[in-house]
Amino acid sequence: MSADNDLPKLLDDCVHCGFCLPTCPTYVLWGEEMDSPRGRIHLMAQHEEGAPLSGPMVEHFDRCLGCMACVTACPSGVQYDRLIEMTRAEVEREHPRPFQERVIREAIFRLFPYRRRLRALRGPLRAYQRTGLDRLVRRTGLLERLSPSLAAMERLAPPLGRAPRLPERVGARGGRRATVGMLTGCVQSEFFPGVNAATARVLALEGCDVVIPRAQGCCGALSLHAGREEEARAFARRTVATFEHVDVIVVNAAGCGSAMKEYEALLAADPAWSRRAAALAGRTRDLAEFLVELGPRAERHPLPVTLAYHDACHLSHAQGIRSQPRALLAAVPELKVREIADPEICCGSAGTYNLLQPEAAAELGERKAVNVDATGAELLVAANPGCSMQIATALRRRGTDIAVAHTAQVLDASLRGLGREALVKHGS
Amino acid sequence: METELQALALRLEALLGPGQVITDPVRLRTYECDGLTNHRASPGIVVLPDTAEQIAAIVRECASEGVPYVARGSGTGLSGGALPRADGVLIVTSRMRRILEVDVANQRAVVEPGVINLDVTRAARPQGYYFAPDPSSQQICSVGGNVAENSGGAHCLKYGFTAHHVLACEVVTPDGELVELCADDPGYDLLGVFVGAEGTLGITTKITVRLTRVPETVETLLAAFDSIEAGGAAVSAIIAAGVVPAAIEMMDALSIEAAEAAVRCEYPPGAGAVLIVELDGPEPEVAAQFAEVERLCRDAGAFEIRIAAGEAERALIWKGRKSAFAAVGRISPAYIVQDGVIPRTSLPRVLARIDALSAESGVRVANVFHAGDGNLHPLVLFDDAEPGAEERAEAVSGAILDLCIEHGGSITGEHGVGVDKARYMPRMFTDTDLDTMQMVRCGFDPAGLCNPGKVFPTPRMCGEVPGVRKGPHPYEGKADIF
Repeated sequence: MSADNDLPKLLDDCVHCGFCLPTCPTYVLWGEEMDSPRGRIHLMAQHEEGAPLSGPMVEHFDRCLGCMACVTACPSGVQYDRLIEMTRAEVEREHPRPFQERVIREAIFRLFPYRRRLRALRGPLRAYQRTGLDRLVRRTGLLERLSPSLAAMERLAPPLGRAPRLPERVGARGGRRATVGMLTGCVQSEFFPGVNAATARVLALEGCDVVIPRAQGCCGALSLHAGREEEARAFARRTVATFEHVDVIVVNAAGCGSAMKEYEALLAADPAWSRRAAALAGRTRDLAEFLVELGPRAERHPLPVTLAYHDACHLSHAQGIRSQPRALLAAVPELKVREIADPEICCGSAGTYNLLQPEAAAELGERKAVNVDATGAELLVAANPGCSMQIATALRRRGTDIAVAHTAQVLDASLRGLGREALVKHGS
Repeated sequence: METELQALALRLEALLGPGQVITDPVRLRTYECDGLTNHRASPGIVVLPDTAEQIAAIVRECASEGVPYVARGSGTGLSGGALPRADGVLIVTSRMRRILEVDVANQRAVVEPGVINLDVTRAARPQGYYFAPDPSSQQICSVGGNVAENSGGAHCLKYGFTAHHVLACEVVTPDGELVELCADDPGYDLLGVFVGAEGTLGITTKITVRLTRVPETVETLLAAFDSIEAGGAAVSAIIAAGVVPAAIEMMDALSIEAAEAAVRCEYPPGAGAVLIVELDGPEPEVAAQFAEVERLCRDAGAFEIRIAAGEAERALIWKGRKSAFAAVGRISPAYIVQDGVIPRTSLPRVLARIDALSAESGVRVANVFHAGDGNLHPLVLFDDAEPGAEERAEAVSGAILDLCIEHGGSITGEHGVGVDKARYMPRMFTDTDLDTMQMVRCGFDPAGLCNPGKVFPTPRMCGEVPGVRKGPHPYEGKADIF
C-alpha cells in the first residue's frame, strides 16, 4: 500500500495533549488510555516500531467507533480517520480472527452492501414482525445466547412498510436549476425507502432534475470503515462509473457521503481511477449541504413540531456539516429545533459497530437516548439510517416511543404542506 | 523485582476486580508518559480504582511491599509529574469522575479527583456559578491533577490559582490512611502544603472546590500590534492604570501562525503580536475600564482592535490562545513547552534576550504568555528526526529558565517542576532550601514511595534527614520583587 508509507509521519503529528479524550465515546465509557484516540495512536506507534499486532491491540482498535469526534477536537491536526482506516486494513490483512467472529463479519459484509440480498430479507423480516414472533424471540433471549451480534441486528431492524421503487428520473418542478444524481444507499433504500422518496421529491420541488441510476450499488462505506480496503475499492470504482456523468451527486446518508468524499485517497494508488475518483469526490454533496448551497425556492409550509436534531458523526465530524441541516430545519415555519446535550458523542451506531460491539454500542445508545429524552422533543431527526435505528431502539428500551425522521422527510412534509401528522403519528 | 510486581498485581486484582488492573505490556505502554512526551517510563502495573477506599488499600499494599506509586489523572501534565515508575504502580483516577455535590448556596462543589475541570463549570453554570481555575487543557485535565500541580490558567491574574479555589481535600496519606485536610482547620495550613505538592505527599480522593459567581458582564478584546514590544507596553500601561483584567494574554507571530493553522481563529493578518484582554465584573465598571483599555491599546500602537460581540466571538478569540500549545504541532514536528515567570516589568528585556538566543542558536521559539502576571510559555521548536536538534532545543529551553531566574523570576509558573525541571531546582534554591523542603516531605512520606523522583534533583531517603545548613539565600532581600 503506498498510503502506508506516510503512516510514521501521520503518527508523529500526535503531541499527546489529550484534547481528544473527552470526545471519544469509549474513553467516556471506560476512562482507559488504551480506549482513547491518543492511546490507540500510541498502540499504532508501538506496532509501527515493531511490536506484533497482538490480541489486546486489535481489541482496542476494534472498539474504536470511527466516529471521528477526535478529528474535530484535535488542535494538532492529527488525521486519525486515515490512521484508523490504515490500521483496520492492516488488522484485516495480518490478524487472524476467531472462527465465530469471522462468520459474523462475513455475514455482515455479504449482506448489507447488497441491496438485492437486503430486499430478499425484507419479506421474511416483515412476516417475523407482523406475526409477533419478534416479541416472543426477544422474551426468550434465545438470540442473545446464540450471538450478541445477531441479537443486536434483530433489535435494530426497523418496522418495515412497503418499499416503492423510485423511477430512474424525477423531473424538476418549476424551472430547472440543477441536475443531480442521487445515491440511494443499501440500508437506506431497503429499510428506509420513505427517506429516499422524500429526498427525490424535495430535490424536484427545489427545481432539480434527479437522476437515480438503477445500476448503482453500495458506495463501499461499510467496507472502507471496517478495513476491507479491496472490497471498498471495488464498490468505489463501480460508484464512480455510475455517477461520473452528473454534475453533483447528492447523498442523504452521512456514512455514504463521507466515504464518497474520501474516494480520492482510497483510489490514489490506482492510476486508472485516481483522477476519476478525485473528480467524483469533489462533486459529492450531502443533501443538506447541497440544499443550502442551492438556496430555497419552494414554499415552506408550517409544521408545528418540536424536534431534536442529532448530529450523525459522519456528517458533523467527518464532513463538518452541522449548521446546514439546522438552518434548513429552522427555516420551516412553526418548527422548533431542540439541541441534544453532548452532541459530539456518538450514539454507538457507527456503521457495523452496533453489530460487532453490541455491549458498548448499547451503553452509548442509552446515554444518547437519555439526552434525547431530556429535550422533550416529539420527533428525532438524524441524517443517517444507522443513527435512527440505534437511537430509536435505545429509546424504545427506555419506554419512550419517539417518532424518527430524516431531515429530508421533514422538508418534504413542509414543502408539500402535509402537516405534523405526516411526521408524528399521534396528531397534536 | 518482576515476580514481586506480579505477586502485587494478583493481590491488587483480588482487591479491585480483574478489569481494573492492567499488566499487559502493550497496554501498560500507553501510560508511559503524560502531556510531556520526552520523558517516558512504562509503568509496572496500572490500576483503575473506583473509590477512595480502593486507593487507600492500593497505597497500603504498596507501602507494605516498599513499591513506589504515582497518581495520574487525565495525563495532560506538562512537567512529567505523572511519569510512571517501571518498578511501581500507576494509580489512574480517570474512572473516579462523579460530581458528588453542587452546593450553590454555600458556593462549593464536591468532586472526585478524576472529574474534568470544565465539567465542574458545566455542572454549576446553570445556577450561575463556575469553577475559576482554567488551564488551557481545562476540557480534559482533571481536578485531582489541578490540585497536585496547583494549576493556573489565563484568568488566574484576577482569580488566583487552584490553591485559592480548594476548600478541602480528602487525602490518602502515604501510610494508606484516609484523612481530610480543610482550609478552615486551625493549626498549620496542611491543605496549603498539600495543594501543589505535585503528588508527593499523598493522593487526593475527594475535593471540595469553591464555586465563583459568573460575572455580570464579560468583555473581551483582541488587539493586534506590530511587535511584542508594543504589546508589552500596552500591558504595562493597562496595569499601571489600575485596571485588574480577568486576563491579559499575549501571543507572538509564530504562535499566531500555529493557532491559525489549527483552529482558523482569524487573528488579524500581519500581526507581530496579539493581546487578548478580558474584563469582567459589574456592568458599569467593566464598561468604563474597557473603554480605557481600548484607548491604552491604541496609544501603544494597536493597529486593529476587535471586540467580541457575544459568546461565540469570545470563544473564537480564546480558541486560538487555548489551543496554541498543541497547535504548534502544525508548524513543527516537535517542541518543548517551557513555563517560566518573570517580573512583568522585565517582559521587553527578557523577550529581546529570548529572540537573541533563538537567532544565535537557530532554534525557533514561539511565545505565548500570560502577560498580566509575567508567566511565559516559550515554545521551543525542533525536528526530532534531526540529530542533535533536541539537545539544542533543550539547551535553549534551559537558557530561557536561566534568564527568568536572572531577572528575579521562577522556573515554573503553573506547569510544576515534575521530573522535567527537578534539575533546575538548585539554580533557584540553595541546598538548605531544598533540604527544608525534603523535611516537609519526610513528614508525610518518610519511605519516599509517593511519586518519588519528582520535584527534587537528588532523591534522598528520609533515613538521612538532612540538617539545616547555614548560608545566605541567593534571593535574600529580593522577595519583594514579586
